[in-house]
This record gives sequence, structure tokens and C-alpha cells, in this order.
Amino acid sequence: MNIDGFRILDCALVAIATGVKAQTLRELRDKLKTAHPGCFFYHFWGGLLNPHFDDPEFQNDFAVWASRSLNDSRMSEKFAVIDPYAFENIEDVRQELIEVIEERLSQTEIVPWAKTGHEFHFIRSQMVVFDTGVTFLEPTEMLHAIPGMSLGSIFYHFIDARRRTEERKNDLSLWLAAFGDTYEKLIEDLDNIDPFFISLTRMRREITLAFNKHLKEDA
Amino acid sequence: MESLLEQYAGIVGNEVIDHLRQLAGPLRGIKILHVNSTKEGGGVAEILNRLIPLKRELGIDAEWEIVTGDKDFYQCTKKMHNSLQGNRDDISPSLLETYEKTNVLNYERLRDKLLGADVVFIHDPQPAAMISHCSDRRNRWLWRCHIDVSRPYRPVWKYLREYIKQYDASIWSLSDFAQPLEQPMYLIPPSIDPLSEKNMALPEKEIKEYLRSFGISRDIPVLTQVSRFDRFKDPIGVIESYRLVKKYVPVQLVLAGGGASDDPEGEQVLNEVKAFAGEDPMIHVLELPPDAHRAINALQRGSDIILQKSLKEGFGLTVTEALWKGKPVIGGDTGGIKLQVIDHFSGFRVTTPEGASMRIRYLLKHPEIRKTIGKNARQFVLENYLITRQLREYLTLVVGMIFGSEEKIELRMHER
Repeated sequence: MNIDGFRILDCALVAIATGVKAQTLRELRDKLKTAHPGCFFYHFWGGLLNPHFDDPEFQNDFAVWASRSLNDSRMSEKFAVIDPYAFENIEDVRQELIEVIEERLSQTEIVPWAKTGHEFHFIRSQMVVFDTGVTFLEPTEMLHAIPGMSLGSIFYHFIDARRRTEERKNDLSLWLAAFGDTYEKLIEDLDNIDPFFISLTRMRREITLAFNKHLKEDA
Repeated sequence: MESLLEQYAGIVGNEVIDHLRQLAGPLRGIKILHVNSTKEGGGVAEILNRLIPLKRELGIDAEWEIVTGDKDFYQCTKKMHNSLQGNRDDISPSLLETYEKTNVLNYERLRDKLLGADVVFIHDPQPAAMISHCSDRRNRWLWRCHIDVSRPYRPVWKYLREYIKQYDASIWSLSDFAQPLEQPMYLIPPSIDPLSEKNMALPEKEIKEYLRSFGISRDIPVLTQVSRFDRFKDPIGVIESYRLVKKYVPVQLVLAGGGASDDPEGEQVLNEVKAFAGEDPMIHVLELPPDAHRAINALQRGSDIILQKSLKEGFGLTVTEALWKGKPVIGGDTGGIKLQVIDHFSGFRVTTPEGASMRIRYLLKHPEIRKTIGKNARQFVLENYLITRQLREYLTLVVGMIFGSEEKIELRMHER
């Protein structure tokens, strides 16, 4: 069986302001209706490659804003559990966000609002993807390379892959699947890495652990 | 001798440097020109001093030029700066005329370089009007705004906007600052250089020696604010906070200000600060030359708490510097301080001298909390606010400017 090698790609992200902002929850709902599709990827995942504080509670920007600026914990919890990859496409994610806001607005008499200077700013991103020139032919060859992979590569193969591939999976699992059942357990562990609540550094560590667990003896 | 990139690898890791090298691959040989108004003093000059050699080491032909002008020019640009930060400060037509003429003169002097570069970065308002004189340009021009323009005095922004909208793109430190413009508005926070004299590790002996030379005792807690003598930095509010604290705890206050050659108002504010401080021996008002980087480093490292009680702030690099040194920061709830100072994690944000005084007393009372916050703070800067991150974002942006404006740009091997 001839299986193509795994090419390590890398990426870098730069944020772009859209100039659109919302000060109240109602405004957020209205602006979501027309927000640039790229904003959704940025506000759910962009923070991983951009300066930010790791927020142990909330992974996406909508939840952080509802918590810190609207002081609306119910809203932030509803936002926090939205998993963008559980939806078919971006338009469905947009619709889900709008719906949870509608629900919250119907429950409250006062529209939650943020102080001036604490508005929600819609941001999108531009991504540059480049080839590192490194290709692995066998999974065991990757054992020592993963800890040295850039965070951009981790982002590209584990976060971006899930919006890019038909199977909604990370690139490594898809490649390993081509070897038949040989790496079934490793694939299972890689698929079980929850990208929520962890930094890319931590994700790289978990991938390394999975490879070590299943392949160290083979190597 | 180690190259600059190798020296950074020792701090941020080899993979970060390899990543930069690969990202810069397609940009080898391109000409990038940066233009601002001063070679020393202020965060912009400090960053450019290091970004330029780093870009060169990555194979990019990077250059840095400054615009020059007379007293009226700097008075006008200082007024612009203040107005963009929200002061209602009208600028007379004669000063605006000086601004425009000075930009023409500088454009003529720098013409060949401006037109010969592939990408031109113009920093802040001082050189911004040069763009209107090169309608025949074929290269890309970006305006890099380092100021908090979230609520500008409208007439001045309206005037400046006529120039800014001629740029291909603009770069802002925070989304709050970005004003509506048709062009792409990139968001790139600034950064600090961990290898510079201002941020490198210093021997304890040297720190002690600097403090001693300034008459600062290490036996009494030290609060320090490092910033230009500028009303937006609220030095008077800082003294008020200190006075509220010293009713309960013995404490010293250091107000250390580095001058910048493009800031004509500094002396006036410095005199106001000295008058307000009076003869209190525990207040140390230090006028430091623009190159006093080691002294500032030692002051920050020798302090217990760093203050940056700004009323308006661009990004607040002095905050980043303090966090890098593992110090808790008490900062104004404004600009980039909001991004860096998170309550109980890296310090506290405050809005009044009273608020600042309470947080100072709390931190002085709990040294173990100061230590935990300091540890968080350093790690946060390591991951987010070192120059290598800013360089990565600049390179990404330039790749975008040259290879296309799509949301995702995929570079093939031969383009690298």
C-alpha cells in the first residue's frame, strides 16, 4: 500500500478590525446577523494564536464578554457551551448565537449592557499558511518531531483542520487512518483531545503524550 | 558570536525562531521602510531599534528614517497627539500649515527611499501627510497608529483622516482604537524586547547601586511609575494615591520620566509635578535622559509595585516591562492596560487615586500574593508580548499585502 507522507504545514494569523461593535446584548444580536463570516472563526479560535489571557472558564470571546463586560453569567454560560464544530457550517453557528441571545432577551426585563469602552468588537483574521518542507513517511518518525513543532503547525493541523476537512477531524488522525487499523488507539486518543480550555502549548504536550504512549516501543 | 535570532531562541524557544524564518522566506530581498519622528525616547523608537536588525537578519531589506521639523511642527504634532487621545485642543491654521509644509520637505528629502521600498510603514501622525505627495506610487503604504484614538477630538481626527484614508491599510494596537475606515485595519499590539538594556536581567548589585544613587532606600517599600511627564499619565493622581497609602504604611514613591525629543509639553508637566510633590523626601521625581534604559530597568526591578495610573494610554509598554520583571501592576482602566492588567492575575485596574491606594495597601500586606501575581505576569508576557510575536504579525501582514488579501493565503513551496 502506498500512503503519502504527512507534510507539516505551518500558519500565522493576524487580526483585522471590522469596525463593527456592540454595547448591549440586543446590539450584539443585531450585529451578529450581518457579521463577516471570518469573525466567527476568530472569536472562537483566534485567541489561541493571538495575545490574550488564558481564561480558565470561557473559551470563546462571546462568553468572556458576557461575563466580564455584561456581568451576565447566564448568558456567558450559554455562549460558553457552543461548540462551533457541532454545526454544519458558519451560518448555523451564527444562527445558534442569535437564538441563545433571543432566549436570554426574552427572560430578562433589562437588556444587559456594557460600559463605554467595554463594547464587543467584531474582529476577523487573515491566515498565512506555509509549507515547512518537512514530510514524515511513517508515524514513528514523528515521535521526536512533535515537541518541536511550532504552535502555528499545531493550530493548522488540529484547529483549522476541523473546519477544513470533510470529516471534521484533525489532519493527523486522518493520515493515520490510511494505515488501516494499525493506529486505531492512537487515533482514538488524538480525537479525544478536547481543544476547549487548553492552550496550544498544552495541546502539543497532549499530542506528544499520545504518540509516546502508542508508538514509543515501535520506534 | 550568536546572531540576534539565536539570542531570542534562548528565551522564546527554537521553534518560535524557525517559524519566523519560514514565514519570512517569501519576503527575502523585499524592501521595507519605517518612518517615524524620533530615533530615541518613547516606545516606537525602542521597538524599531530592534525590529529593523531582526528583519535584516531574516533577509528583509529593512530601513528606518525619521522626519524632522522645527518647534512649531512638534507643537502641532503634540496637539494632534493630545486631540486624538480626546483633548479638545484646536490647532491653529498656521500650525497646520507648518505641519503640511514640513511633511512636503521631508517627503522631498526621503522621496527616493519612499518610492523605492516595497512596503512603507508610517508611524503616528507626524509623517502621515507625506502620502498625499506621491500619487504615482506603486508600493504599499501602511499607517501604524500607536495612540489611543478611541474617542478623538473630532475636528482633528477629521483633518488627519483625509491623509489616513489614502493608505492601503492601517495598523492599530487595540480594536477599541480603530476608527472606521474603508481600508483593512490590522490589529497588532506592540511588544517589548527582552534583550534590550531596559528589559534584560540585571545583577542584584547593580540594582542596589542604582537605587542608592537615586537616594532610594530598600528598607521601605518602593512604588514606581515610569512614564513621560504627561497629564494623561496622571502623575498628580499617583502622588495623591501615595499620600493616602502613607497614612497607613511607610512607603516611597518614584516618578521616573524619560524625555522624548518630540514632546514639548514635558517640562511644564514636570514642573507641576515637582511643585505638587513639595519637599517630601520620600517622593523621588527623577528626570532621566532618553537613554537611561538600565536605570529604568533597575528602578522597575527594585520596586515592590509598579503603577501606571494613566487616564489615557496607547498600549502602555511600561506596564509590559514591569510584568516581564515579575512585578504586580496597578494601572488605569484604559487603553492597552485593559489587555494586560487583569484583576488578581497580573495586578489591578483602578479609576481613582483612592482605588489605587487601596490596591497598593492590599498588595503590600500580602507579599505571597505579589509573588504569585509576579509569576503569572512574567509568563503572560513571555507568551504574548515579546518582540518575536510582533515581528510574526508584521511578517504575516506583509505577506498578506504582497500575496493577496484573502482570508487564507496558502504559499506554495516555490513562493518561499
